[in-house]
Amino acid sequence: MALTKAEMAEALFNELGLNKREARELVDLFFEELRSSLARGEQVKLSGFGNFDLRDKRERPGRNPKTGEEIPISARRVVTFRPGQKLKARVEAYAGTGEQ
Amino acid sequence: MTKSELMDIIGRKQKHLPAKDVELAVKHILEVMSDSLSSGERIEIRGFGSFSLHYRPPRMGRNPKTGEAVALSGKYVPHFKPGKDLRERVNTGRENPIRS
Repeated sequence: MALTKAEMAEALFNELGLNKREARELVDLFFEELRSSLARGEQVKLSGFGNFDLRDKRERPGRNPKTGEEIPISARRVVTFRPGQKLKARVEAYAGTGEQ
Repeated sequence: MTKSELMDIIGRKQKHLPAKDVELAVKHILEVMSDSLSSGERIEIRGFGSFSLHYRPPRMGRNPKTGEAVALSGKYVPHFKPGKDLRERVNTGRENPIRS
């Protein structure tokens, strides 16, 4: 199982008393605003959770794994996530079964 | 963009909600996400991306002060994989300078 937007909205409905429509809209807006910020070049810092950073990559040589044909990987901008101290500490403590 | 700036932006788009509700909702969404990852559950947000845990096997480390070897146990670290829509929008916004 994975956590989805529907479950996040459900949690806002159950625990904050927002109605279902408001809860869904807030969850949608939350992710939409993170996307828009990153799309306009603004990195995102969510203290306690982590930072979404942007990196500009230069063009580099690549290969089509199926055909073996050489094709350049074009220059691009990518998002990276750097988890914050608090999240890292909480996740580190997870003694899971290794299925992920 | 910081967490409080995110709260302000969402608040401006949800004028019918008290600022306090928006603030609590943002905190709550992040809390639910952290809880999910720290209990080993993935997060999947279509168009934004997915968060999962990656395992780091046990290794020998060193105390940087004393140079003494210490055994470090295996642990999990959070990992984010951007979704298609986020990847495309970030790359399309490549002409915008990167700001923190």
